[in-house]
Formats: sequence, C-alpha cells, structure tokens
Amino acid sequence: MNIVVCVKYVPDATADRQFEPDNTVDRVGVDGLLSELDEYGVEQSLQIKEKAAAGDDPVESTVTALCVGPEKALDAVRKALQMGADKGVHVIDDAIAGSDAVATSLVLAKAIEKLGAETPVDLVVGGLASTDAGMSVVPAMLAERLGLPQVTLASVVEFQGDQVRIKRDGDTATEVIGGTMPLVLSVTDQSGEARYPSFKGIMAAKKKPLETWSLSDLGVDASEVGAGAAWTEVIDTTARPPRTAGEIVKDEDGTGAKALTEFLASKKFI
Amino acid sequence: MSEVLVLVDHVDGAVKKPTYELLTIAKRLGEPSAVFIGPADQGAEVAEKAKKYGAEKVYVIDDAQLKGYLVAPKAEALQQLAEKSAPAAILIPSSAEGKEIAGRLAIKLESGLITDAVDVQEGPVTTQSVFAGNFTVQAKVTKGTPIITVKPNSAAPEETDGAGAVEEFAPTISDAAKTAQIVASQPRQATGRPELTEAAIVVSGGRGTAGNFEPIEALADALGAAVGASRAAVDSGWMPHSFQVGQTGKTVSPQLYVANGISGAIQHRAGMQTSKTIVAVNKDEEAPMFELVDFGVVGDLHTVLPAVTEEINKRKG
Repeated sequence: MNIVVCVKYVPDATADRQFEPDNTVDRVGVDGLLSELDEYGVEQSLQIKEKAAAGDDPVESTVTALCVGPEKALDAVRKALQMGADKGVHVIDDAIAGSDAVATSLVLAKAIEKLGAETPVDLVVGGLASTDAGMSVVPAMLAERLGLPQVTLASVVEFQGDQVRIKRDGDTATEVIGGTMPLVLSVTDQSGEARYPSFKGIMAAKKKPLETWSLSDLGVDASEVGAGAAWTEVIDTTARPPRTAGEIVKDEDGTGAKALTEFLASKKFI
Repeated sequence: MSEVLVLVDHVDGAVKKPTYELLTIAKRLGEPSAVFIGPADQGAEVAEKAKKYGAEKVYVIDDAQLKGYLVAPKAEALQQLAEKSAPAAILIPSSAEGKEIAGRLAIKLESGLITDAVDVQEGPVTTQSVFAGNFTVQAKVTKGTPIITVKPNSAAPEETDGAGAVEEFAPTISDAAKTAQIVASQPRQATGRPELTEAAIVVSGGRGTAGNFEPIEALADALGAAVGASRAAVDSGWMPHSFQVGQTGKTVSPQLYVANGISGAIQHRAGMQTSKTIVAVNKDEEAPMFELVDFGVVGDLHTVLPAVTEEINKRKG
C-alpha cells in the first residue's frame, strides 16, 4: 500500500507562542516540533503498514511523511522518519508563508497527486487537528480536492483488504464509518498512543530518502498560495490579558467549603 | 438585504440552542434563513421554532438520500442552496461535523472559511480565541461567501418574529458524495444534564478524583451544571472521552468553571481558559490551575465538594 501521512510543524504549545507584526503565526522565533496530534496519524499509518504485512496475504507498504512548511519544518518530517515512516517529502517555498487552510490543502493535494503518479496512493492519513490553528478541516478539504471518501476522526481503525472501518465519536452519536480505499483517513488521540522513536529508529532515519519539493515541482503557481492568496484576512491579534490569580484559601476543618459556598453565592451562582 | 444561511443544529429534529444563537448572529448580518437538513415531515415544527428567533425563511432539505453518508452530501446540498440563494454569509455550528462540512463547502464555493468564531459582528468580522485562549484574533473573509463556524455560547439568543416561510429544497447528490457510509450509529446516552459545550456552568474532575466522580456529579447537579473531565481522568478510563475538556476534547467557555483535582496542564487550559469565572479545588497548592482562578481552595475535593453541595442544597430548600 502507498500510505501518505500529513504532518505539520507547529510552535511548541508549552512555549510562549506569538504572532508576527503582520498577524501571521511566528513559526521561526518560537521553538517548533511535529504537532503532537499528528503523531497519532504517523502511529496509525505505521500500524496499518505492520498489520498489512503480517496477515496470511501479506502486503508491503510504504509510509511517506509529507510536510508543508519553512526550513525548520524538516524537524517534523525527521520525527516521523524516526518513528518509522519510510520516506519524507518536505514542500518548501517562500511563497507559501502565510497560507490559510484552503491554500495548504491545495499544496498537500498536489503533492499527494505527485506521490501517486507512479503507484496510486491508497491512504492519506491526517491527525485530529493541528495544535496551533486547530481548525480540524484539512482532511475534509483534502477529501474534497482529491475526490476521495472522507473517513475521518477515527478513534478506532480497522481494515481488511481495501475496506476501512472506523469508529467515530461524533458530537451526538458514536458511529461506524466505512469506506473503500483509496480514501482520506484522520485519527484522534484516542486511536492509540504514539510510539517513541527508538535509538535504532533515530539512526535509521538519517539514511531514509528525503525529498524537497518547491511549488514549481507541484505545478502550483505562487499566486495561488501565501498570505496574498488567502481567502481570509486577520485584521488584528491581541494578547489576552493574563488572568490574575484571585483569592486562594486553605481548607481547615470545613473552612474551604464555607468560603467557596460564599464565593459562589456572591457571584449569584447559587 | 441578503439572506444569511444558518445550518440548523439538531438531533433527530430536536433543535439545539446553538441554532438560536446563530439565528441571532445572522440577524446582524442580513435576513436569517434557517437550513434544516432532516426528515421533511419535521420541517414545519422546526420552522415554528426558528421563526421565533427571526428566521424569515426556513429551507427544508429532506435527508432521506443524505443521512447514510458522512458529511459530503450535506456540503453538496449547502453548495447548491448557496448557489441558488446567493447568501451574504453561511453560519454553521462549530461542531466536528459542522467544521468538516464547512471545510468542503469552502473549496466548493471558492470561499473563505473561518472556524470556531466566538463572536461575529457586522462585516462580517469574526472574533476567535487562539493559542489556548492567550490571544484574541479578529478576522474577515476576503473571497466569495463568508463561511463561518460559530462556537456555542457565542451570542445570547434573542427572540424576534420572523416570517418563517417554509421552502423545500431538493439538492442533487452525486455518487461521489456517497462514498463514506455510516454503517452503524449509536446515539449518545442522555445524562439529563446540560450539554458540556452549551452549559452555563461546568464542574470538572481530574486525577485528584482517583476515579470517584460522585462528588463532581453531585455538585454539578446542585448547580445545574454539566460534568467535565480532564484528559488524565479520561485516559484512566474513569469517564468517557465525550466528557473531556481540553485541546483534544471539548472547548468550553461557561459562566463558571469549577476544576477539581485538575493540575491545569496547558492542554486542559486550552479547553477552558476563556471561562468567565474559574474556581479550583486541589490538594496541591502548587497546581498551575491556581494561577488562573478567581477563587481557589487548597483542600481535598472529597471533603470540600460534598460540604459545598450540602450547603447549596440546603439554601435551595
């Protein structure tokens, strides 16, 4: 199987995340990493590869980690390779900076088409959301652009041959969704703990094939991406004033409960 | 004035509160038109409710040929309706499904998309809360029909009479949209409590509950609140994932959030930091959650909460 897993490089959520003066996310000044939620996509891709190779009718697979982003974003691809992906593709182009989800999905879709030029892509895998913008829309956009079934937000993934079934914990119901490969799959953090790269994996990753593509390699015009081509515009970004810690009391023989009840009553919650 | 399409949020025809919030927002932008995708015979009943919140029109799209498939047919139906009605904006509830519909619709209509708005004003100009609630972003759509997904509690529903004219709309659904099948569906069990993302008060429990959510649930019931949980509590198997508050669960912004036995990791804060009033009970006085609170109690939730619950119930008589 030809499996492509989309990985995003994001500012570390535990660091002091900032916006640039032009209201784009600061992706250079703040330390970044592979979006934690995309690790689950890498994990499921690897598990699918391993399961496909194990059955009575073993199937060999290739897992390609695909990333769109600036130079440092290579770290995200590297992490995926260390976890066990077979090869990496990094789409980098100055024109991409400031792209919105619509433009990002265009670049990803073109890269996936290129990856499927020789051997068709069977599975496009993504995470639940990025940990920076967190829109949770790129997998749906990819399904739309690629004309593939959208089997998304899986907490459990099962497959047999080219049939995929997932459990989707929706807003009002838990559903079982079925589709036939090729398809777009996205997985949540409930799908299974992502593996840590082993020492062997880290060493092996250094020798794995890694390609760098520009927009011209994908036949995407620079005018179709970047901040200028975005279909949305950020007017303003404001840091929220930090919450100042309020009153904190120590509970001693029920004083805490009394104080808390008084507080709730003073705010008219009781 | 142009129409503003509002996708009705409902479960089997039972209209949910965010629908009224969206209609209220739509009124600021143009003439609200509710779009009901569901069983056609429930259209009239939905229209009765939607018109009370200003819906001038109610489009009824029978879901008979849509309902067995995930997301894509709904996006197709909305695309065709938008092409016919040329709306000034399309408002969609910011649920997981709503966002996926919106994402596909944006590509189809070549229109800009803004997700998770917490406010929408004339323009339309949206407000979003990002980076775990540390920043507020104002944005607008610059191409096509603004498609905006709006979070629950983003507006106070305002009752106002609309014409509520029912219009049936029959989209043509392509075979390509019917490729992800809903094989089985199990509705979530009703808890009898308010829905987590819509509740005015949320009482949450974390690792400090040690798996005993009884004090949490009892306080929630005394306050008429929803119950939430931290990731630690969910990962321990104490509560189902649908209760999880945080980055990979639900984002809540209630009037009051009561965090019990929750340390306050950034992932949890991302899901509750914009709550109006925050209260925490934790044995560990070093818990980062205390940095956020309006009122905190350093103490054991297993003794503090039952005492508070008892006092509240006593006062309620």
